[in-house]
Amino acid sequence: MGDMNTPQQITDAKKRYSAGVLKYAQMGYWDGDYQPKDTDIVALFRITPQDGVDPIEAAAAVAGESSTATWTVVWTDRLTACDMYRAKAYRVDPVPNNPGQYFCYVAYDLSLFEEGSITNVAASIIGNVFSFKPLKAARLEDMKFPVAYVKTFAGPPTGIIVERERLDKFGRPLLGATTKPKLGLSGRNYGRVVYEGLKGGLDFMKDDENINSQPFMHWRDRFLFVMDAVNKASAATGEVKGSYLNVTAGSMEEMYRRAEFAKELGSVIIMVDLVVGYTAIQSLSHWCRQHDMILHLHRAGHGTYTRQKTHGVSFRVIAKWMRLTGVDHIHAGTAVGKLEGDPLTVQGYYNVCRDTHTKVDLPRGIYFDQDWGALRKVMPVASGGIHAGQMHQLIDLFGDDVVLQFGGGTIGHPQGIQAGATANRVALEAMVLARNEGRDIANEGPQILRDAAKWCSPLAAALDTWGEISFNYTPTDTSDFVPTPSVA
Amino acid sequence: MRITQGTFSFLPDLTDAQIRAQIEYCLAQGWAVGIEYTDDPHPRNTFWEMYGNPMFDLRDPAAIMLEVKACRDTFPQRYIRVTAFDSTHGTESVVLSFIVNRPDAEPGFRLIRTEEPGRTLRYSIESYAVQASPEGARY
Repeated sequence: MGDMNTPQQITDAKKRYSAGVLKYAQMGYWDGDYQPKDTDIVALFRITPQDGVDPIEAAAAVAGESSTATWTVVWTDRLTACDMYRAKAYRVDPVPNNPGQYFCYVAYDLSLFEEGSITNVAASIIGNVFSFKPLKAARLEDMKFPVAYVKTFAGPPTGIIVERERLDKFGRPLLGATTKPKLGLSGRNYGRVVYEGLKGGLDFMKDDENINSQPFMHWRDRFLFVMDAVNKASAATGEVKGSYLNVTAGSMEEMYRRAEFAKELGSVIIMVDLVVGYTAIQSLSHWCRQHDMILHLHRAGHGTYTRQKTHGVSFRVIAKWMRLTGVDHIHAGTAVGKLEGDPLTVQGYYNVCRDTHTKVDLPRGIYFDQDWGALRKVMPVASGGIHAGQMHQLIDLFGDDVVLQFGGGTIGHPQGIQAGATANRVALEAMVLARNEGRDIANEGPQILRDAAKWCSPLAAALDTWGEISFNYTPTDTSDFVPTPSVA
Repeated sequence: MRITQGTFSFLPDLTDAQIRAQIEYCLAQGWAVGIEYTDDPHPRNTFWEMYGNPMFDLRDPAAIMLEVKACRDTFPQRYIRVTAFDSTHGTESVVLSFIVNRPDAEPGFRLIRTEEPGRTLRYSIESYAVQASPEGARY
């Protein structure tokens, strides 16, 4: 995209650096001929310029404000290799079917970033620019990281493959549930829910994001009772079991204290909330690698900036950042449950977590190839308003490498928590068996579930209770390259 | 007590036709199938005895079923599992593992709690069958 009115870069150094204010494009932040180098970090922004603002100048402003520019010319640029440090906006495309919105591609030299620090990447790429007045709105849609930069991160401490080896669970999605109600259970009551769920057939139970150390249940009480439940369920089934102990706290020191206690009690997994921040997550990740611990990340808070298409950061970027930062589990949406998510877009998040090499896939919102440099894979977690009656849809959408979490769909079962867990496990195993036998589960799924329910009364009760429940709302964060499919 | 390790332990014991269908699926994915057995089903006993190496070059499901049957005939009262290995870069691990034979009686596990300072407990799990008899004479 080009425009005769777009200001061109001023190449005469004396004019370029004389005091005053220039257009960003004049300062060199737009180069329509630029070919990104293999070693560049590339970001794709969706921008909505203010009325009358040229989209190329707006793109140049994004490049400028996310790299070296300030609002006026500074002579101190000339002390540096400033042409290299300047980010280059090099491509601007109108967003299909969205007048006034543009995709703008910006390339950054590798030298702009600190090794192994997503915090530094974020401070640059989403630092000031999102408040920039000439833009009505801006959204970071996707990023590409050169493999040289990828290799500066340790990545997931455990990863999908080793998690499965540790848990001795292969060939099927893992099953979990969040302990409910979210607030108010004493440690003893809480452990009861954990025991029932695990004994009934779940692999994991989970603390909710806001379970920390409140007056009704201090964290040590929770850890002690939960680990009794986990071990008792393990002895009752012969399986490795776990419960994500949330170590989220007000300080790093306190989080380490909680993580240490989880380790002492023999937990296989701890969890943390996204709101603790990227640096804290990476510190915990390193701790987990040191102590053979799986790290579960709850994406608490992400909806405030990922959901609306015009402004914020796409969750696919957060998923990439968290794979680099190093988490083993990440909540990535269900498509069919109670929370936001268009199926193709959600599949895009899953692929970013699990691919060894991600390919451009516009319908799923993937704009760049990404070589993950043998970084371990993150297990996506589908959680929120899903139930056994959707098992065929979930496995068809997401495959085996996912944790399916049925909270209400386990604990709300009319015959009790164990029955709820059993219903989910039977539905899961029956569906995987049928899929492997070559059956078309997307279409035959309901019949496969009904057949299993003939010999499994907890599954029959689950289907009777929830079989017709669906959350059929129009998603907000949808693909720009295919018509929005409706969720069955 | 029914030990529920493996991919399909919550379903009724698989028939030979069902086992064969899973083996066909594994072969179609390019995986190698192996057979393993044990009389120590502790949840963290990773290394069951191999009934031969994984059958990398055997791509005939009928022939693999003969191996499964031979293992069952040799060890009718052991746990036997069929395990599939995927050598693809980025996986290089087990991708399916399901029990195809179990002893008639499964006494299960005892949870041992050792009290420590504070309210802390240390846990270990012990199989009643393993504790009662030496290897080979447990079930």
